[in-house]
Amino acid sequence: MIDLATLTLVSDMLVRATPLILAGLAVAFAFQAGVLNIGAEGQLLIGAASATAIALAATPLLGRAVILFSLTGGAAAGALWALIAAELRRRYQVLEVISTIMLNFVAIFLVGFLVRGPLQEPTHVYPQTLELPPQARLPLLIPGTRLHAGFAIAIITCITGWWILRHTAAGFRLRVVGANPDAARMAGRINIEKTARNVFLISGALAGLAGAIEIHGVTFALYENLSPGYGYTAIAVALLAALNPLLVLITGIFFGALETLASALQRDAGIPATLVSVLEAAIILLVLAVQSIRSRRVPRTAVSET
Amino acid sequence: MSDFSPDFALESAPALELRNISKRFGDLHALTNVSLTLRAGTVHALLGENGAGKTTLMRIAFGMISPDAGQVVIANNPVKLRSPSDAIKAGIGMVHQHFMLVPAMSVAENLELGSTGRFDIARAAQRVTTLGEETGLKLDPYSKVSSLGVAAQQRLEILRALARNARIVILDEPTAVLAPVESRYLLTVMRKLVSQGRSVVLITHKLRDALQYADDISVLRHGRLVLHETANHVTEDSLARAMLGQQPGEPPPSDSNPVPAPSSDIPVIQLRNATISGALSGRSLHNVSLEVRRGEIVGIAALNNAAADLLRVLAHRADAQDGIVTLPPNVGFVPEDRQRDALVSDFRLFENIALRDSGARSGQMPWPAIRTRTESIVKQFDVRTTSSDVNASALSGGNQQKLVLGRELDDDPAALVAENPTRGLDVLATENIKRQLRAAAARGCAIVFYSSDLEELVELASRTIVVRDGAVVPVDRSEEAIGFALLQSTTA
Repeated sequence: MIDLATLTLVSDMLVRATPLILAGLAVAFAFQAGVLNIGAEGQLLIGAASATAIALAATPLLGRAVILFSLTGGAAAGALWALIAAELRRRYQVLEVISTIMLNFVAIFLVGFLVRGPLQEPTHVYPQTLELPPQARLPLLIPGTRLHAGFAIAIITCITGWWILRHTAAGFRLRVVGANPDAARMAGRINIEKTARNVFLISGALAGLAGAIEIHGVTFALYENLSPGYGYTAIAVALLAALNPLLVLITGIFFGALETLASALQRDAGIPATLVSVLEAAIILLVLAVQSIRSRRVPRTAVSET
Repeated sequence: MSDFSPDFALESAPALELRNISKRFGDLHALTNVSLTLRAGTVHALLGENGAGKTTLMRIAFGMISPDAGQVVIANNPVKLRSPSDAIKAGIGMVHQHFMLVPAMSVAENLELGSTGRFDIARAAQRVTTLGEETGLKLDPYSKVSSLGVAAQQRLEILRALARNARIVILDEPTAVLAPVESRYLLTVMRKLVSQGRSVVLITHKLRDALQYADDISVLRHGRLVLHETANHVTEDSLARAMLGQQPGEPPPSDSNPVPAPSSDIPVIQLRNATISGALSGRSLHNVSLEVRRGEIVGIAALNNAAADLLRVLAHRADAQDGIVTLPPNVGFVPEDRQRDALVSDFRLFENIALRDSGARSGQMPWPAIRTRTESIVKQFDVRTTSSDVNASALSGGNQQKLVLGRELDDDPAALVAENPTRGLDVLATENIKRQLRAAAARGCAIVFYSSDLEELVELASRTIVVRDGAVVPVDRSEEAIGFALLQSTTA
């Protein structure tokens, strides 16, 4: 049988992987449709903040059922946060690469404001909220470890996401819009604006869900620096998975393991944890290089006369 | 190079020679063995229909495209142009249809773009003034490009070429964007440049401009040189015939293939007093009335994309601005640029088939059924492929087109709109497409198609119309009549 230390390490890896998988899926969905959502980090934080607020306010009223409401609420809040970027793009042609990354900072400071203001714990000593009552926490998958039900939600979400992309008309539209918007409009008669807006909403909801699950399964309270950049690592997770939801599951666990081992290595062997950041960045560059070499090998299409 | 006219031999070294140039894009033969001589100190007009290869040929002369075969010779020296900067060094300047200026910068700054060394605004401004006085292309050196009109921006483009000491200036459809007065002025300036010893290639489709302002005229058709003469040896009529591919004195083609009569009187497509914006063609159409009946094939002739917006309205891909438009719910559309508008090149064939009307689909994708449909389209339309699992980019142009047409006809639409459906295809594929269009009409489909090939229009259509000068007019179904109608629009 597996000894306890290994079990703890592996379950820690999966715990760490959970937000990476969900946020990675958010990025993968957006990128598949050609929507460059760099704002998973902000959407995740807004989802976390909303879930905390709902859970703290409604647990006495709803008991265990509150989890359902706060997870949904967190996803909805993430979607609304992404909708800001969607509307900026639709109305004023603001590039989503710019707006989503800017909204990340807004979200970070909004969380900072919340934990020092309206949501701060009653003693006003620590910049954080009260801890969630036990009945508002996600159940554990393996007792004695930290592995919570959020990981199962991540797996189910990935499989569902894959099925939607491959087997539904909405998913097909999303892929067509990403691959060739002109053909989507002319041959498919697809409403591109509507598809893009839906993609922003889905992507934001997934990232928001990641944040809500992190609150309910790991931190149990909202505070600053809640996310060590999950939303940015998620971009690497999605790219390494070639934007395939099923592969996101694997690359998410890979990056989760990498980051968990980083702290273990620092603790036990004195290897700086930043080395893992270097490794992650190197992997992203490698993947991008391979992709661009591949795409360059495709024969160039005819230059049409103007 | 005295093959064409004896007086060529008396000239000094030609400014620019293109010798036996060939160029292919995929399986489209853009240029086949084209030779062209630009005599020093002359204006050479290059005429041809849309897609005849004029711009491609001149992009080769400017180093933007490298030819598959052939040679560029400047003043008797063969040169190898690897990029536009090579061409500029060799003394060639090109003014593109789409201007390449920085709107946020001033005229003087734009003039010096790409030059090396220290930038001195006063000196640059001085150059603008001097060059302007020399040539008549006057501009305020300090005004921002974004505040200039189209004509002024074009003057700046020409000045920029001259500032880099261009001895040979290539103008790509320079008058297309200008008002008549501005065009006349520009062409006068062009004569002045030539009188100062420079040489000019004028790409145009306006016959009258060519006759009036050019010394020599060449005509390209389907990537081949079909005419090369001095301007005083040709007439509007002979140029038009060369452009449209008719032999002089050729009798109008006999009606050897009878076109089926419309099988019913109920109009499938109906436009009444419609106004159509010029989003693509640059010129809106007014008061368009058109009816297409079941089984009818209506051929549209137009120059330079003039029918593009009309076709998209008929195909339900764009809305008319005004008027009554009655269309069946299901219209097939075969756009001219199939790579861009009809296919997703890195999707597989069956996914491309699923593209049709994917905007209206909901629920699950019935992939097995779509695969079966794809197999049957591939078989019925003779699409040469190893399987329906390959990407669309793996097909040749002709097979891509067959696939697109097959897809658009698969659910027996009440109407089909096709835009230059045989463009760039070989003879076999062309025949196949034509046969399929006829078969669809025989099944009762109302077909509207645009073609830049008059022969094909007359052969396939049961009725022809011409789009010109912002209006749609019916015209007799003969190459003569259509050619004449188009010609009127180019010289109007």
